Amino acid sequence: MKTQLTRILLSTVILFGAAVPRSTAQATDWQQIPIPSLPAFHPQEPKRIELPNGMVIFLQEDHELPIIDGVARIRGGSRSEPASKVGLLDIYGEVWRTGGTKTQTGDQLDDYLEIRAAKVETGNTADSTTISWSCLKGDFDDVFKVFNDVLREPEFRDDKVDLAQHEMDDAISRRNDDVSEITSRESKKLAYGANNPYAREPEYATVAAVTRQDLLEWHHTYAHPNNIILGVVGDFDSAAMEAKLRKAFGDWPKGPAAKEEKIEFDPAKPGYYLVAKEDVNQSSINMTELGIRRDNPDYYATQVFNEAFGGGFSSRLFKSIRTAQGLAYGVGGGIGSAFDHLGIVRIAMGTKSSTTVESIEALYKEIDNLKPNPISDEEIKRAKDSILNSFVFNFDSPEKVLRERMAYEFYGYPADFLERYRAGIEKVGKEDVARVAAKYLHKDKLAVLVVGNTPDFDKPLTALGPVTNVNIAIPPPQAAEKAKQ
Amino acid sequence: MSYNRFLKSFAIVLVLAALAAAQDLASFEKRTTVKTLDNGLTVVICERPEAPVFSFFTHVDAGSVQDPLGQTGLAHMFEHMAFKGTDKIGTTDYPAEKVALEKVEQVYAAYIAERDKPVGRDDQKVKELQKAWMDAVTDANKYVKPNEFPQIVEMNGGEDLNANTSDDETNYFYSFPENRLELWAYLESERFLHPVMREFYKERNVVIEERRMRVDSNPIGRLLEQFTTAAFQAHEYHRPTIGWISDLNTFSATDAKKFFDKYYIPSNMVVAVVGDVKASETMPVIENYFGRIPSRPKPDERTTTEPPQNAERRVILQDMSQPLYLEGYHRPDYRSADDAVYDAIADLMSNGRTSRLYRALVRDKKIAADSAGFSGLPGNKYPHLFAFYAFPLPGHKPDEMAAAIHVEIEKLKNEDITDEELKMIKTRAKANLIRSLGSNEGLANNLAIYQSRYDDWRELFRSVDRIDKVSKADIRRVATQTFVPTNRTVGIIETRVAPPSADQKGGAQ
Repeated sequence: MKTQLTRILLSTVILFGAAVPRSTAQATDWQQIPIPSLPAFHPQEPKRIELPNGMVIFLQEDHELPIIDGVARIRGGSRSEPASKVGLLDIYGEVWRTGGTKTQTGDQLDDYLEIRAAKVETGNTADSTTISWSCLKGDFDDVFKVFNDVLREPEFRDDKVDLAQHEMDDAISRRNDDVSEITSRESKKLAYGANNPYAREPEYATVAAVTRQDLLEWHHTYAHPNNIILGVVGDFDSAAMEAKLRKAFGDWPKGPAAKEEKIEFDPAKPGYYLVAKEDVNQSSINMTELGIRRDNPDYYATQVFNEAFGGGFSSRLFKSIRTAQGLAYGVGGGIGSAFDHLGIVRIAMGTKSSTTVESIEALYKEIDNLKPNPISDEEIKRAKDSILNSFVFNFDSPEKVLRERMAYEFYGYPADFLERYRAGIEKVGKEDVARVAAKYLHKDKLAVLVVGNTPDFDKPLTALGPVTNVNIAIPPPQAAEKAKQ
Repeated sequence: MSYNRFLKSFAIVLVLAALAAAQDLASFEKRTTVKTLDNGLTVVICERPEAPVFSFFTHVDAGSVQDPLGQTGLAHMFEHMAFKGTDKIGTTDYPAEKVALEKVEQVYAAYIAERDKPVGRDDQKVKELQKAWMDAVTDANKYVKPNEFPQIVEMNGGEDLNANTSDDETNYFYSFPENRLELWAYLESERFLHPVMREFYKERNVVIEERRMRVDSNPIGRLLEQFTTAAFQAHEYHRPTIGWISDLNTFSATDAKKFFDKYYIPSNMVVAVVGDVKASETMPVIENYFGRIPSRPKPDERTTTEPPQNAERRVILQDMSQPLYLEGYHRPDYRSADDAVYDAIADLMSNGRTSRLYRALVRDKKIAADSAGFSGLPGNKYPHLFAFYAFPLPGHKPDEMAAAIHVEIEKLKNEDITDEELKMIKTRAKANLIRSLGSNEGLANNLAIYQSRYDDWRELFRSVDRIDKVSKADIRRVATQTFVPTNRTVGIIETRVAPPSADQKGGAQ
């Protein structure tokens, strides 16, 4: 949290958004410049080890710097927390570390680690929790011991539960201060359903309902070796590291496997949704509907479509909405995907209040235009070139290769998914792109969310159709409610 | 691979002065080559053959501090124009386009002259001239191949293509597969040899949207603009990098080109290339292309010196947002002998859960969600601010933040920090340096900036030695001389409750 806030405060910087042949003459046209073939590059694959208790370990040596980092990903995340306790996993993800271990408080761990410039940190996502470390090579044994203690014997002390709840309350109180936060939260609710486990938000009441006992129970339910994938990268010898890890985890008995989640989606009805906000002069527009899973055979064609339609400086949306019409600074979008559930189709932009309706119509025009003017061969070539020529950046460091492999292992994807991805992209043709655009992006199925200052709009949103007002008022804490009564 | 990769690239970046471990300098000496070309441009090449890719970073030693009077936002505007192509890229017929663009400038100048007449403005004439200007723009646009420059980069596998402008400097960067080195050298040198100010006025609207997003529609953006303006009254840091709206609505493509001609000169630029490259093969290619940029006299970059502040200043924003407390104290620029002392103070006060502000305000007093102190507001090339902030927890007020921060500041002045704290600061400085050396992008950024700022990239490594020399007495001395009330500017957001009439029902009308 701190880094992010410091970044905001320091944000005086504004973004814009091998063997090379020796040439003696300069080219006068970029197309004259020879592009030698890229030398064969086979990134080093991590070593996969499966312990008898089911724990999967990946070891990736990287001797460039005297650092050893590791991360364990454990199945089970916020999508599995009870609806009455939304925020449980956010609290767990923090107090797991700050609450200390059986023998040391979190504060003692802070002192112990910081004097070594080392970190052990915990976190959470929708489908997993994580615990990681980062240390100088010479401190590995000291730091790994802390990692293992926090992993195996966390104490979740009450004072840190309380602190985490205060911080959650603060975040809830601030959640309507920033337009982009409102837009991303509310558009997700429209795409997935307000109570969907991927979209719902913590409230004061659900945060207050979380107890230390809940955190301990969560840990005992999920933190078993057979639910864990551990990745280690850095300056170590794999054989020695394997021996250490086998010794550390070999006697840890198996536990019950994390249960599979069956999650229902309940998208909002297509139409217009409005959050009125008077202290802004720019409208944030977000059009959403349900997207696809990444194991969908259409995934490759959607990637090419996304690149051509809304993915970069040369995409249609950028060229038309930003460059040609000057309507937006940020504009983009595409058919979103996720590994194990449906992603979100999203088209997003920000524009001045007085061009709000004009901009929505301009986005519609781009969608409509896909039929008479489907993404052309030339656009497809550019998009594929962009994806394939930058493909090497998917694995240009041992750590990236490790991260990919861990993700595939976690979601049960083939280990060579990245190679299949390349082959899949290469095969995409014009018909595929036109087909997936028609199949997944529907103007009449989009929920269109606008966060903006309504009196300054060029036309009322109702000019486009019926409008549903979205109430983002924050339900007050129960204590305050009771005091009022 | 994700569709929102591009949206994410709008995220805010900051230029962190990374810290370093001297024992690695030897290895970098072997892999790093510096050359100043005949035209004055400095090139830094660092060989890092980990994967067949490279990153570059073009650093231009001019930022919004150099914006001319009445033209705030111009440095940033030019940065946007550096994506518009050249006389060969982005055009279907440059000779015809050139004539059309000249016409746009003539008509625009006439329009602005009439629009801004203090006396005797003819509104009908303003309308006609505005229409003539827009017609000329439409005519010039006939020759445009939109976004061809970034398109070439993307098609060729360019990664993380972007640029940024700060008060201090302007930077351009992306990464390429290594077989595109010559293509890169061509594109990046042409960009600064033959920039064309096409689509300028549409892009100006894009920049105005950027202002609406970052400043006008964002409570923290609104506070920071007012706060910085109050803290600096003489020095150019008082002007926002994004620009004031009236300037944005007035400056021209001709102004942007003038800015370019004055500041984008080879001796004001450093280009760093890091990755799977060999200096012996790469340097001649770079020299071949970048050597063509004509050398020009170095511009006068004198600025007004901010006089000592002798009274506290306060900016209080009544806003529909949760509260925030911010305060800043003037400190000397990055070349100050005490620069490392300020770094040590920032680390001690702000870094992680052992930091003094976290422990005091967040953990023990339980009044703030977050609190920290840092240098570099709004830049660090000139004397700037060391700032502290705190986000009050619900039910707590900005004044409590001030009081608690001041208790911690007084401790810095009156008591030596502990041996453990000093050791922690120094160890972290070394570890942070090591961690910063593991990516082409990060290295290119650091090498270019250190080379420009200190005329020697090795300072990246030496900065750790300077932290290593900081003593307990230094921290007390610097805190005592810097953190005094008369040297302070305070910025506060106080929550204003929305009037009940602006309810949800009114929205759809």
